[in-house]
Amino acid sequence: MSTTSVLGGVVKRREDPALIQGTGLYVDDVKLPGMLYAAFVRSPFAHARITSIDASAALAMEGVEAVYTIDDVRHLGPVLAQVPIGKVRPLLADGVVNHVGEAVAMVVAKDRYLARDAADAVEVDYEPLPAVVDLKEAATDQRKVHDDLESNILMTWEAGPFGDPDAMAETRRKIDEAKARDDTVVVSIEAVNQRLIGTAIEPRAVLADWNPGYGRFTVYSSTQIPHALAGAIAKTFGVTYNDVHVVAPEVGGGFGLKLNIYNDEILVAFASQKLGHPVKYTESRRESPNSTIQGRGWIATATLVGTRDGEILGYELHGLCDMGAYSQNFTVAIPFLGVFVASGQYKFPTHVKLDCVATHTMTTDAYRGAGRPEAIYYLERVIDAYARKIGMDPAEVRRKNYIPADAFPGAISPVGFAMDTGDYAKALDALVESDGYREMLAERDRMRAEGKLAGVGLSTYVEVCGFGPSGLVDLGFSWSEYGAPSAFSGSGLVRVNPDSTVTVIIGTGPSGQGHQTTWSQIVADQLGIPLERIRVIHGDSEESPFGVGTFGSRSAAVDGSATFEAAQKVRAKAAKIAAHLLEASEEDIQFADGGAFVAGSPDQTVSWEEIATVAYQPHRLPEGVEGGLEAHAIFSPANATWPFGAHAALVEVDGDTGDVRLLRYITVDDCGNVINPMIVDGQIHGGLAQGIGQAMFEEAVYDADGNLLTGSLLDYVLPTAADLPSFELHRTVTPSDINPLGVKGIGEAGTIGSAQTVVNAVVDALEPLGVEHVDMPLRPKRVWQAIQDAKGGN
Amino acid sequence: MNVNGRAVTADVEPRTLLVHFLRDDLGLTGTHIGCETSYCGACTVIVDGRTAKSCTMLAVQADGAEITTIEGLAADGELHPVQEGFWERHGLQCGYCTPGMIMSAVGLLSENPDPSEDEIRHGIEGNICRCTGYHNIVRAIEYAAAKMRGEEPAPAEWETQEVTA
Ligand code: FES
Ligand code: FES
Repeated sequence: MSTTSVLGGVVKRREDPALIQGTGLYVDDVKLPGMLYAAFVRSPFAHARITSIDASAALAMEGVEAVYTIDDVRHLGPVLAQVPIGKVRPLLADGVVNHVGEAVAMVVAKDRYLARDAADAVEVDYEPLPAVVDLKEAATDQRKVHDDLESNILMTWEAGPFGDPDAMAETRRKIDEAKARDDTVVVSIEAVNQRLIGTAIEPRAVLADWNPGYGRFTVYSSTQIPHALAGAIAKTFGVTYNDVHVVAPEVGGGFGLKLNIYNDEILVAFASQKLGHPVKYTESRRESPNSTIQGRGWIATATLVGTRDGEILGYELHGLCDMGAYSQNFTVAIPFLGVFVASGQYKFPTHVKLDCVATHTMTTDAYRGAGRPEAIYYLERVIDAYARKIGMDPAEVRRKNYIPADAFPGAISPVGFAMDTGDYAKALDALVESDGYREMLAERDRMRAEGKLAGVGLSTYVEVCGFGPSGLVDLGFSWSEYGAPSAFSGSGLVRVNPDSTVTVIIGTGPSGQGHQTTWSQIVADQLGIPLERIRVIHGDSEESPFGVGTFGSRSAAVDGSATFEAAQKVRAKAAKIAAHLLEASEEDIQFADGGAFVAGSPDQTVSWEEIATVAYQPHRLPEGVEGGLEAHAIFSPANATWPFGAHAALVEVDGDTGDVRLLRYITVDDCGNVINPMIVDGQIHGGLAQGIGQAMFEEAVYDADGNLLTGSLLDYVLPTAADLPSFELHRTVTPSDINPLGVKGIGEAGTIGSAQTVVNAVVDALEPLGVEHVDMPLRPKRVWQAIQDAKGGN
Repeated sequence: MNVNGRAVTADVEPRTLLVHFLRDDLGLTGTHIGCETSYCGACTVIVDGRTAKSCTMLAVQADGAEITTIEGLAADGELHPVQEGFWERHGLQCGYCTPGMIMSAVGLLSENPDPSEDEIRHGIEGNICRCTGYHNIVRAIEYAAAKMRGEEPAPAEWETQEVTA
């Protein structure tokens, strides 16, 4: 693919001039006249009964406007969740608190310092109750998290394939038979896929302004889903969608954390209505880990059975997934995304069973990858262990068991899902045949010869993203709980203005993905109008057509396709006008260089300025053509998309300290067609840093009482520039066949492909010592311990 | 104090953090807050020629100081080479860490005009970026360093990338 054409070429980001000069507008930058500040009183206990709340001292402070508790807001109902299975979150703690950091009361004051002081002055008495924190213990139901729920197990997802009990029984029989054969080997790994705190560098912030004259809320929120938030506020307050205007201005990182309706978003709207002032809440970093959703938190066992020559006969993934105390947006549905890809890019019979378990900890929900990194982690770890056991090259084992390229179109995964396009061996071969991979292996051997512990790790992956299809609504994935029955379609509106500039309005909610740039490219390519004359607007519930927001690597595939189709409609209408003006036939009209011309006679041209002028002078239009020059399209894909790829890492482990150094990292990713290679690379880089961060550094740790021990950035270790190498990126291109752009999505691929790549490399490095498994994160102490244990066992 | 070349005087509560003073009192919202506890670097500004995390300084401590924030970096409508580098080499995504990151890079390059990749990576260790994986931030700073030395920056990687169709 060329890197010079508008579509598929590198275009510097249109977003950047504001962001590099400090003029980008984030929620906390917005100040409205008379604005008040909110702060929260939060629980120090993981589980306790609230015996009293005394706000008198706080209310006596000058400048404190109000202190609200559940009694003030109970009538509004709980925080709306799209998948309300389990216990949904009350707006403020209702009688009991169920995790440390749960909001108990909200204080509103004239100044942000004062609001925090006043929150400290609210006295809450608690009667501590035993907390259920350990995931395995919670799953036994010996002690209940919520008295009024039947079980701590909120949901069990099972597939093999999904939704077909008879076929699943057959799958299980096949796997058991294979295990019983004496010519097969069985490999099993129990591993923790630890809890993570997503840590967008911009903490969440929300500002609500109720205007009684207009009868309308204006809400600025750092959210990925402005339209859903508008719907949720409307539903909560019993007003219409029309009465709520949500703006997501610049959003400082999302990663799924801002893909939720939060209690504070509802509560500031409530306070604004009550007090007649705009109210802003900005989460502090200290609060954030227990007020914004966390991610992952699985303990699972991956078991694989295969022959000694590398034919895999069956695979099981059985595990527990920590949901935390309350179900928010998608909470119990996240493991289902793991079910989707449980069999990866492979063809062997697969049985997956995941229990979603409540604990007295912060809610988990979608964090970059959401279910998919977990599933791929287990699969690609155990395949490596199997390859080691039978003494086969890890690439060869994988290649041998792939769904073959000729199974597409029409491939159905062993867990029962239709996949769009795939050529898995192509990506794997591109990786293992690259100079970089060969150099990695040579470097490893050289280091080993010097007595060092060095390892190369490999992982391939497939993911599912680009949600759609619309039919997901039947599985509960819609916004209907928010009073907005969208069904995972995408939207785009393209308008040629009278001066022939173009305004594009889309239903996405990006947080750094460069939509203004990418969408300009899509439209410029269709209309032949220069990028500089196109402005893209997003993140606004009122201006844009209804949209589902930005998550699950879906925006380009779904909203991008909608915009492409809208641009085609505008182009078709413009062609009619041009044909009229040029007295030519519509079919002969082509667009380039800022205007239209007649094919074969390039000097017969009419500029976009002229076309736009005529479009807004209806009397000059041909018969039957309406005035104006704009179009809207909704794109509803027939399926999700399935990107894939292959990653490799070279690591060195210090045998004395357990310190792991990541020396090289190579990827081959296939996300279908690429609109802007620079932006795609950037998405991969960021995804890698988060996957590698999980492998090496990050872990949310709770003690037995449910206290979060890693609540600050000192204790929750994020990768810094000094921890990471430069990444070496390659790609293959297998276009999707379910959207007109042939794109798949790249927001999460880097994360999904990387954690196990690094762990596989470390296990490879420690293999000479007999280490077969180390859990993430690979902190020096843990790695050192694994080395000691292996030595002790020898 | 003097901020971006303009003298400012104000009475502030003694506990007001410099970052809040810049943002709330002066309206210079380009300096961001990511943690308020000196870990993330989003609030980095230049105080008397050295980078400082403005969430760990009180406004009163900066009394009489010369401060440059992201808003004061471009001169006469010309982007600073570091700003240019971030744009040219896609050194930002959400942009939230970016002002602090750019100020740190400016500080680094004023001390070391020709840093190695390793020196750049250690030089910006106090600034967390959650979006970019730092790869393109390093490229952006290399670009700026070359520019500031009057050299031609290395071509962008995407100009040399190979794709298997
Ligand atoms: S806000 Fe100052 S270092 Fe994070
Ligand atoms: S660009 Fe988003 S945190 Fe750095």
